[in-house]
Amino acid sequence: MTEAVRQYEPVIGIEIHVQLATRTKMFCGCELSFGEEPNTRTCPVCLAHPGVLPVTNAEAVHFGLMIGLALGCEIAPSSIFHRKNYFYPDSPKAYQISQYDIPLCTGGRLGDVRIHRVHLEEDAAKLVHAGSSGRIHGAESSVVDFNRCGTPLVEIVTEPDLRSAAEAAEFGRLLQATLRRMGVSDVNMEEGSLRVDANVSIRPAGQASFGTKTELKNMNSFRFLERGIEAEVARQEQLLAEGGTIQQETLHFDPEAGSLTSLRSKEEAHDYRYFPEPDLVPMAPTEEMLVRARAALPELPAARAERLERELELPADTAKLLSFRSELGDFYETALAADSDHPRRLANWTINELTAAVGDGDPADTKLEPPVLARLVAMVADKQVSASAAREVLAVLIAKGGDPAQVIEAQGLGRAGEEELGDIVDRAIADNPDAVEKIRAGKQQAIGALVGAVMRETKGRADGGEVQQMIRAKLGE
Amino acid sequence: MIDRDQVLHVARLSRLRLTDEELERMPGELSKILDHVEKMDELDLEGIEPTTHVVELQNVLREDVPRPSLPRERALAGAPDVADGGFRVPSPGGS
Ligand SMILES: [Zn+2]
Repeated sequence: MTEAVRQYEPVIGIEIHVQLATRTKMFCGCELSFGEEPNTRTCPVCLAHPGVLPVTNAEAVHFGLMIGLALGCEIAPSSIFHRKNYFYPDSPKAYQISQYDIPLCTGGRLGDVRIHRVHLEEDAAKLVHAGSSGRIHGAESSVVDFNRCGTPLVEIVTEPDLRSAAEAAEFGRLLQATLRRMGVSDVNMEEGSLRVDANVSIRPAGQASFGTKTELKNMNSFRFLERGIEAEVARQEQLLAEGGTIQQETLHFDPEAGSLTSLRSKEEAHDYRYFPEPDLVPMAPTEEMLVRARAALPELPAARAERLERELELPADTAKLLSFRSELGDFYETALAADSDHPRRLANWTINELTAAVGDGDPADTKLEPPVLARLVAMVADKQVSASAAREVLAVLIAKGGDPAQVIEAQGLGRAGEEELGDIVDRAIADNPDAVEKIRAGKQQAIGALVGAVMRETKGRADGGEVQQMIRAKLGE
Repeated sequence: MIDRDQVLHVARLSRLRLTDEELERMPGELSKILDHVEKMDELDLEGIEPTTHVVELQNVLREDVPRPSLPRERALAGAPDVADGGFRVPSPGGS
């Protein structure tokens, strides 16, 4: 067997950093920043002035415990912080307070993917590139904004259980939906409140040991994560096929060019010289803290999807969408509580028609009340209004609110009655002798022209299938 | 025994520039410190948890309640080079 035809299997693990949605920073009382002017959310602690002491934010620990419990982790009876030493302008202390060998949580699982660990740490400052206007003439310089410095972070590391780029992106979305549902983070990838790195290696199919892995840094959407991993897997496959070896390195994926560039040279291998943070005492979650964290957990997306599928017999994709976007699921379940006769149809209207109107927004922010959607869907089911007319009614309800029956009445969108429809069909047949001839000659698709004419005439107030039946009946087909 | 290369490595990580004389002296001095710490290996430490803190405190936590931050002028007062409301630094990595 030659290298070129050898089948490789990707082995992928991911690391996710999430900024916690606390009010204040991890170790000081500065408020978290949302686009404030640079360096307006700092204090002697987060600027690392001499002699200051960090004090851990209780809410960050609470959120960390919630995440650990949601992922089925083991919570360490006592965990400690370490200093991770490095020299870079984004860290005024020249170290990051993080966790090392005794993290807050270990083990766990989300879906089919095992969780390796979950730990607490602090975010770094932001460097803004300032071009070549530095004090030293012509030198490149950066400006440091310490507003973000010290923002509480949770790092979640998976085991290398993912086997394709698509699986990695899918897992990322599930984790994002889960964290969003818990309310512990904004999980906004574009704004950087959720950041994903992927460890990627490949191995010949069937081989148990892992190949050398590379790290893909900071992809700011799951689509880019997927494409970045695909590009890296292809690069590694080609390298091996050409008889090369894979270097352990950190890579940046440029989604526009589709290219990967190495971020750090080998000789600058990091040597973080971890040691226990002497200024912070151990965290030993009490029974009270654990009870509070457990009580704060809502039904999580994976469990909700499973329940919707099982109890309401929704298709898996539909159940997943309603669960991953919990605002849709909440709207749907509130509507269903008002009228539980059409769970599937209501689900389809929620994920298709409603999302077409609100996009990524929350339907609860519109004028449409959930029970009103249920009423409209029931009218469609009872054939009081056609699906296409109901879409127009929905648009009105979303924009202005009100009652479906009234909107239908006011806009003349009620379903065309049998008599009215019969007249319209007769006219369509009379007006389209060519089409009629073709249908009679056996060209079934010609009926489309007649149906189209009727739908235009009724402005969508008729059901396409019913119109077709009526045309066939009248033509004696 | 700490050698000269290790001293250079640690100095680089700490962003220290050592004179030739210091570079001559450091391997011996650092080795002495490590030897001193190593004396502890002579003790039987079986089953003893490493000490990370000498005081028996745990869960020293702070309520998530904001405290005023510094006015920006004060935050920047000690900066050697201020630009665009921030601390200007040479670009790391030079690019
Ligand atoms: Zn602060």
